[in-house]
Amino acid sequence: MSDEHIDEVSGISTTGHEWDGIRELNNPLPRWWVITFYITIVWAIGYTIAYPAWPMLTSATKGVLGYSSRDDVNNELAAAEIAKAKYAAAIQSKTVSEIAGDDALREFAVAAGSAAYKVNCVQCHASDAQGSKGFPNLNDDDWLWGGTAEQIQQTITHGIRFASVPGTRLSEMPAFGEIITRDQVAQVSTYVASLSGPVQDAKLVEPGAKVFAENCVACHGDNAKGNKELGAPDLTDAIWLYGSNETAIAAQVRAPKHGVMPAWVERLGETKVKELAVYIHSLGGGE
Amino acid sequence: MKFGTEIVTLGLFAFLALVAAGFGVDEPFRQHMWVLFFVLLGFVVVLLRNTSFVPAASVDPSAYMDGPIRYGAIATMFWGVVGMLVGVVIALQLAYPDLNIEPWFNFGRLRSLHTSGVVFAFGGNALICTSMYVVQRTSRARLFGGNLAWFVFWGYQLFIVMAATGYLLGITESREYAEPEWYVDIWLTIVWVAYLVLFLGTILKRKEPHIYVANWFYLSFIVTIAMLHLINNLSMPASLLGSKSYSAFSGVQDALTQWWYGHNAVGFFLTAGFLGMMYYFVPKQANRPVYSYRLSIIHFWAIIFLYIWAGPHHLHYTALPDWAQTLGMVFSIMLWMPSWGGMINGLMTLSGAWDKLRTDPIIRMMVMAIAFYGMSTFEGPMMSIKAVNSLSHYTDWTIGHVHSGALGWVGMISFGAIYYMVPKLWNREQLYSLRLVTWHFWLATLGIVVYAAVMWVSGIMQGLMWREYDKQGFLVYSFAETVAAMHPYYVMRAVGGAMYLAGAVIMTWNITMTILGYQREEEPMPASIPALQPAQ
Repeated sequence: MSDEHIDEVSGISTTGHEWDGIRELNNPLPRWWVITFYITIVWAIGYTIAYPAWPMLTSATKGVLGYSSRDDVNNELAAAEIAKAKYAAAIQSKTVSEIAGDDALREFAVAAGSAAYKVNCVQCHASDAQGSKGFPNLNDDDWLWGGTAEQIQQTITHGIRFASVPGTRLSEMPAFGEIITRDQVAQVSTYVASLSGPVQDAKLVEPGAKVFAENCVACHGDNAKGNKELGAPDLTDAIWLYGSNETAIAAQVRAPKHGVMPAWVERLGETKVKELAVYIHSLGGGE
Repeated sequence: MKFGTEIVTLGLFAFLALVAAGFGVDEPFRQHMWVLFFVLLGFVVVLLRNTSFVPAASVDPSAYMDGPIRYGAIATMFWGVVGMLVGVVIALQLAYPDLNIEPWFNFGRLRSLHTSGVVFAFGGNALICTSMYVVQRTSRARLFGGNLAWFVFWGYQLFIVMAATGYLLGITESREYAEPEWYVDIWLTIVWVAYLVLFLGTILKRKEPHIYVANWFYLSFIVTIAMLHLINNLSMPASLLGSKSYSAFSGVQDALTQWWYGHNAVGFFLTAGFLGMMYYFVPKQANRPVYSYRLSIIHFWAIIFLYIWAGPHHLHYTALPDWAQTLGMVFSIMLWMPSWGGMINGLMTLSGAWDKLRTDPIIRMMVMAIAFYGMSTFEGPMMSIKAVNSLSHYTDWTIGHVHSGALGWVGMISFGAIYYMVPKLWNREQLYSLRLVTWHFWLATLGIVVYAAVMWVSGIMQGLMWREYDKQGFLVYSFAETVAAMHPYYVMRAVGGAMYLAGAVIMTWNITMTILGYQREEEPMPASIPALQPAQ
């Protein structure tokens, strides 16, 4: 079917072929299309001259600019290290209190600690440091093991009940389910709950106070305000790690859960731990 | 038809599947073989029930073979709705992780079900059935090889079922877009070679002097996919009765092989194949000649030559050597104009028929497809530029880019082709309803716009958050914070996807009623408006 044929609408000749009624116009390549295509080709050739591109027998052309993505990243990292070096040296040689007291150093340490926190700590303490059940909130001023910058540093360095590390914070509350009777557990739980809010069965409060005085004051203190040396929490405030009602408290009295936190110093180094301590201390509850 | 050989062969394979189900060395493999056994048993039962000893009517060798194409059109719609539905489900899983139902319906398994479902089940069936339709009509020849076309159709469906059930059982090679394990890969190889023979055989016995441009594109798609599939899946099974295999490649070579495959699956499956579809159905529906023969030749060969090198742009700033990254980038840039050649030829074919945009919703669909094709083939080279890629890589921007190509180009051009084919395949005067096509068009278009726009915003936001440093040089956001920031966009993305799915469901209804022979009573679409007359 190679007869000449002119398309009536456009007035342009077709190639003369026809497939199932489809013809093809004999239009030339659009000029702008050809020119743009050539430009991309010329640019591509230029780019491959400038940058590593063509594979040869044993290696590839290096490009006249001498670019290497590895060198690039190494240079950037080195530049960042140099920019931080002054602060890093200062942080290494000073105590956390001194760092927190120096405006420029504190600003740097808080930024560095915040970045480290987002990689290492958010998994348990959450990205807003609010914690969750069993994982303490770091924004408030209720501290289990002390809220001064030094105490926080100590906690991060050695961890909590991280048995393999010397210096870790070890004390644990005994399982009172094996020491006192079931009734006494109910009484003391109700008493403890009554310290921070209303309780269901007010009759149990008085005998509970007696059980408390006999068994609990050694760690939690006469006034139940806790003891940070031992990690014994303050039982009079409204902040609870494992729940605030009588049932949750009774469960903690019978067979307590004990949180574990790793010792971070080996993994992160002393400088990073100091920065983390300054950051945590800055969140609002630092003492 | 007696189907004697078929029944015996299928029965034998069903028995082998049963043996494998008994002796398989791992639990997923045994479960998978049970699936295969029941599928093959189903085939045998259907064939037995259809056995007839009346001598078969002789086939008219000059008539087109449309049976497998009809089945293919139905399969395309079926898998399309399934694949898109799974897409909406995983979009919701990203927004609401509680929707992950362990172990079969978690995101990890459903994600490959979605990608394979829409690319290979929906797109693959659309390509296979339209290619059979186009090659016969533009070659004026019946499909080559007797019942070979039926083997290709059913063999491909078996591949889809085995791939899909394998994913749900947790069987995966974890190679992007090539997740099925070794035994499913071997089966696909057999089916694909049969498809190549079928297509090439039909072209060889053509009665036209020249091969039509659509067939070049279809053929390049079939040949290249065969090569990509074979090399990417080279692996050693741990056991011939087990579902685990080890790739022939490792490390950065493996990464490059996978993206050489992955990128060209996009290039030759989702671009070249569907350009073939465009080159037939757009001129037919518009009833206009193709704009430029020369452009079609030049852009065809330019695409074929350039596309195959562009894969390394998926591995910018990785362990891949700098020289390979450079080549991946410059070939992607050079690919821009060749890709746009297809867009120009598609759009300019409508010159002299632009008024049909107002009156013909199918043309409107095809034009929107070509517009999205042009947009994503500009966006692709742009994202391959290393400076852009350092922001866009690993973010949802990539997901948005893929979907503007997949929903906009691949989906819309396939819908247009099927709307065109179905009334002709079933000898219906016209579709059940053109108004429903308009509904489909708007739902799909708005769905894509919502989807793509949301992913641009969230992807760029994600990239910027990842690289946000404070003035001391420390990263500002934790990864979890960037995830939390994505939540509203994930919800909107699911809405966009659901709109697109709703359009496909309307289409399925429309197609079903057309096949059943109904005509919807509705106001006809407005005809061309007559030229304005001067006021009296």
